[in-house]
Amino acid sequence: MGGQVERWQYLNPGKTFAETLNISHQTLLYVEGVSVTFDGFRALNDLSFYVDTGELRCVIGPNGAGKTTMMDVITGKTRPDKGMVYFGQTIDLLQLDEPAVARVGIGRKFQKPTVFEYHSVLENLELAMAGDKGVFASLFARLTASQRDRIDEVLGIIGLTDLVGREAGALSHGQKQWLEIGMLLMQDPLLLLVDEPVAGMTHQEMERTAELLKSLAGRHTVVVVEHDMDFVRSIANKVTVLHQGSVLAEGRMDEVQADPRVIEVYLGG
Amino acid sequence: MPTILREDTGGQVLLTVLLVVTVLVPILNLAVPDGHPLHLSTYTVTLLGKYLTYALLAVAVDLVWGYLGILSLGHAAFFALGGYAMGMYLMRQIGERGVYGDPVLPDFMVFLNWKELPWFWWGFDQFWFAMLMALLVPGLLAFVFGWLAFRSRVTGVYLSIITQALTYALMLSFFRNEMGFGGNNGLTDFKELLGFNLQTDSVRIGLFVASALALAAGYLACRVIVTSRLGRVAVAIRDAEGRTRFIGYRVEHIKLAIFTFSAVLAGIAGALYVPQVGIINPGEFSPLNSIEVVIWVAVGGRATLYGAVAGALMVNYGKTYLTGAMPEAWLFALGGLFVLVTLFLPRGVAGLLAKRRAA
Repeated sequence: MGGQVERWQYLNPGKTFAETLNISHQTLLYVEGVSVTFDGFRALNDLSFYVDTGELRCVIGPNGAGKTTMMDVITGKTRPDKGMVYFGQTIDLLQLDEPAVARVGIGRKFQKPTVFEYHSVLENLELAMAGDKGVFASLFARLTASQRDRIDEVLGIIGLTDLVGREAGALSHGQKQWLEIGMLLMQDPLLLLVDEPVAGMTHQEMERTAELLKSLAGRHTVVVVEHDMDFVRSIANKVTVLHQGSVLAEGRMDEVQADPRVIEVYLGG
Repeated sequence: MPTILREDTGGQVLLTVLLVVTVLVPILNLAVPDGHPLHLSTYTVTLLGKYLTYALLAVAVDLVWGYLGILSLGHAAFFALGGYAMGMYLMRQIGERGVYGDPVLPDFMVFLNWKELPWFWWGFDQFWFAMLMALLVPGLLAFVFGWLAFRSRVTGVYLSIITQALTYALMLSFFRNEMGFGGNNGLTDFKELLGFNLQTDSVRIGLFVASALALAAGYLACRVIVTSRLGRVAVAIRDAEGRTRFIGYRVEHIKLAIFTFSAVLAGIAGALYVPQVGIINPGEFSPLNSIEVVIWVAVGGRATLYGAVAGALMVNYGKTYLTGAMPEAWLFALGGLFVLVTLFLPRGVAGLLAKRRAA
């Protein structure tokens, strides 16, 4: 019973998820022994890894290593066959669906930039903003001055202040990626899951994105899934290498790159 | 100008026109003598009133299709259910004036040799109860249907197909005499509404004005929704449903709320339609009817609301004209219209106007 009470504690209206969340052990995300099978294909195979509070972690791995599936499991999109996923020590993420995962403080940026094309930059940020997202709350919602300030602050961080009224569909590829990161920030999440943020970006855009992600770490915990090794080298302290659905190696970038198993997987041995 | 109509030129024009016709039509019909070139026949008044209820139905469809991305091919079901609720009230008002003169049972029940009123006809002698049912029954059906469909994450063309199946199933059941809704013939031969004779000019005018007011109110209510954050969430669901979920919205709840509201609007439209045309039968559930509504919205231009109204009026005027002049040509014209709009006017007439204004 005790477990049940704790599990649903985030629903207690008197408490915010931040108060419910227990990170006394410094670890924000626990993924333990997770396996996922799609039609006989093992996308994740007894995967275990842990992310500390405030960390900026990069997850790399060849195609099909299970990077995106791992994010799907954490955000409630895919149910694993076995294993456990905890947010802090009390919140069992496997009990929650996508909106509930978002509400406990996990934001996700997709591989393909997904912004609301027919909404302006401002509206995109407004929709993502933390707060009551029920039907009636949305019907009567008005932007308060402090919320408007928060939007302006995020616009500054992502560098889209001048494009606030522009329809998101009319933004460049890089700008859409930043807008999506901005939407994540509006959710005010503890954990940001960022899937391939620099795919298709120019070199300058990539540098700016690196700056942006580095500046977010500390206040937020950031997990970045990325292919681009130069980019990973420019931002990461700690790298996790996935291969065939489980962790192959973990450590500092230079250590990992020197690991013969990693070299074999990446260069085809 | 209230906030909800700012930047809605189409809506401003629509509401102004509605206001003008609401004042002008009664004058032209009642005050201008018969035979005067400006006299408006009662037949035309009723026809216009019918168009206005269609327009309200089109607004309801545009709300879910244009703004929420649910292509409902079964909205005529909600319209017909609202119509049946009104029809049942009107049947009970006939009383002893029916062919068989039974004070309680409608003629078709006497004909079927039924001895007493089925339970689901209880209370329909009260106007307020019948009107409540005209809202509740379509709303409840939409709620239950939507709850099952949205929770199972049925979307796109599959959802459209099951809405079509819904209205088809209702049509087949209402055709059965045992259902107790008059079977094939439906409900007709109405006499009075709230004690007023339905055949008089003033009642026809009253129904026309009520339809105009209902359309205006329905339009404004939809504007309130689409200009609120809820409306922006709806568009977000239409454009990227998964993303909307990941930023913390319960997509099913939002779809369910708007879909149910839209069904209630359709029910109101149906309840106003029936006393004006004088009959409701299972043909109103026909899948073709629901598809026609979608064509009105497509012609007018979806996700504009006023476009739905314009489309409903234009296509129905065309239908009245063509079915009079060349009855066999109507269905070809309708099909051709849909093809032409899809190919050349993807944003409908409203899109054409917007383009012209921008140029």
